[in-house]
Amino acid sequence: MKQGIWTIRDNRQIARDVFLMRLEGDATDITRPGQFINIKLDGMFLRRPISVCDWNSDGVTVIYKVVGKGTEQMSRMSAGEDLDVLSGLGNGFDISAAGDAPVVIGGGVGVPPMYGVAKKLAESGRCVSAVLGFNTAADVFFVDEFKKICHDVRITTADGSLGQRGFVTDALADMQYSYLYTCGPEPMLKAVWDRSTSGGQYSFEERMGCGFGACMGCSCKTKYGNKRICKDGPVLVREEIIW
Amino acid sequence: MVNSRFDTRVDLCGIELDNPVIPASGTFGYGYEFAELYDINVLGTFSFKGTTLEPRFGNPTPRIAECTSGMLNSVGLQNPGVKKVISEELPKMRACFNKPVMANVGGFSVEEYCKVASMLDKEDCVGWLEVNISCPNVHGGGMSFGTSPEAAAEVTSAVRAVTKKPLIVKLSPNVTDIVAMAKACEDAGADGISLINTLLGMRIDLRRRRPVLANTAGGFSGPAIFPVALRMVYAVSKAVNIPVVGMGGVASAEDVIEMMLAGATAVEIGAQNLVDPYASRDIIADLPRAMEKHSITNLKDIIGGAH
Repeated sequence: MKQGIWTIRDNRQIARDVFLMRLEGDATDITRPGQFINIKLDGMFLRRPISVCDWNSDGVTVIYKVVGKGTEQMSRMSAGEDLDVLSGLGNGFDISAAGDAPVVIGGGVGVPPMYGVAKKLAESGRCVSAVLGFNTAADVFFVDEFKKICHDVRITTADGSLGQRGFVTDALADMQYSYLYTCGPEPMLKAVWDRSTSGGQYSFEERMGCGFGACMGCSCKTKYGNKRICKDGPVLVREEIIW
Repeated sequence: MVNSRFDTRVDLCGIELDNPVIPASGTFGYGYEFAELYDINVLGTFSFKGTTLEPRFGNPTPRIAECTSGMLNSVGLQNPGVKKVISEELPKMRACFNKPVMANVGGFSVEEYCKVASMLDKEDCVGWLEVNISCPNVHGGGMSFGTSPEAAAEVTSAVRAVTKKPLIVKLSPNVTDIVAMAKACEDAGADGISLINTLLGMRIDLRRRRPVLANTAGGFSGPAIFPVALRMVYAVSKAVNIPVVGMGGVASAEDVIEMMLAGATAVEIGAQNLVDPYASRDIIADLPRAMEKHSITNLKDIIGGAH
């Protein structure tokens, strides 16, 4: 974990209520896809945890959805403004377990961290597939980016306005895969867990106090004991999850 | 850290602290989490996560909520239980912290408080026992002892009988007469009083029209509660003859000085550690500057200076 003052280089809307922010700063503590940063915003007491979409040593790309006051304030910030950032938080995904042909499954704002996973998997020579689920066409983002690194990208929308009508599990049903990585709303994670045929890693969300394991605000029970989503998670392996 | 020009040392119940700054229980884990970031031996001491007899998961999530200048928590004393704290957490703590530590003791009965206290009493690394009779997040638990002077005195005298270490009783602000609570603890043998624990509060999610916290209500902490805490520290320290540890919304070296002027011998830092993991270190480093600005050469001299 590192604290630093990072500079916004880009902040733009890419879908309905969804923004992409490029931040420049010392990101050397980020070691795995699926980790997150925790952002201090003026006038807000608690930091806002946002998962990393993509990163290099000079900074990160995050994609966030405006859901409350904090993210609304973020969406109004401009290139050149500074943010106080804690980086390198959470365990992240372990790509060594992937096998030859893994699939990444993202739902809504669970899509961004899956891009980082897909990229690392592709760089390691795996044949990666992606299933990206959204509510409607206006919510869809980052499909072209996934297509550049995945051999198969399937889009689902609940209303059928783009891609396959239905949920990510509908697209997953006829796919072959060695392992899965997923992030999205908890009902989606549960549906994937119920219907998938492989081992996998699931990234969870919870309201956090600190984001680095001190306050025990975001604990959950697992088969391997109590875990803090922020420190021991957000990624849990299939075998340990208790629904 | 003893600065040659500015003496920050204080005496807390017979043990000298290099400075009065103490990260509060529940915001600093067992110390080693923060030792990854800085040398935690710069602290006066710290109070480790509240410990109960049995392991506890605590309350259902969500158990954190944002507020204006503060936060709510309804964690509910999650901890691995006193046996594991002693066998697993304290060895890791000792590896990075070489000063006496403050052991925070939780409980649901007089007997449980005594069992936990007597086990932690045997640990050499423990300097003080801070008995929490004020957790707002456990039903029928700590707070029922923290809202009646008679019950507070009963816990205090029972724990007093099982430990020779300095015994500090941590009080709840959710009472009609905090001074009566403090006096009852003093009369029952407490060596010190710490206050305030969190104030009960709640938030409602406008979209779901339900409480944000799964437990409905939780404890409110952060800079918003500083004036409330200061007033209580002031009133209690005027009324008792034992040291008072002040806490509640402390976020700067100036806040530390203000708490000490109100009567605090030492000052705990809580919620601020969660939003700025370096907060306690930075406040300590900033004390000489604040002392110089306010013409203080020895922090001891200002305790209760506003009385």
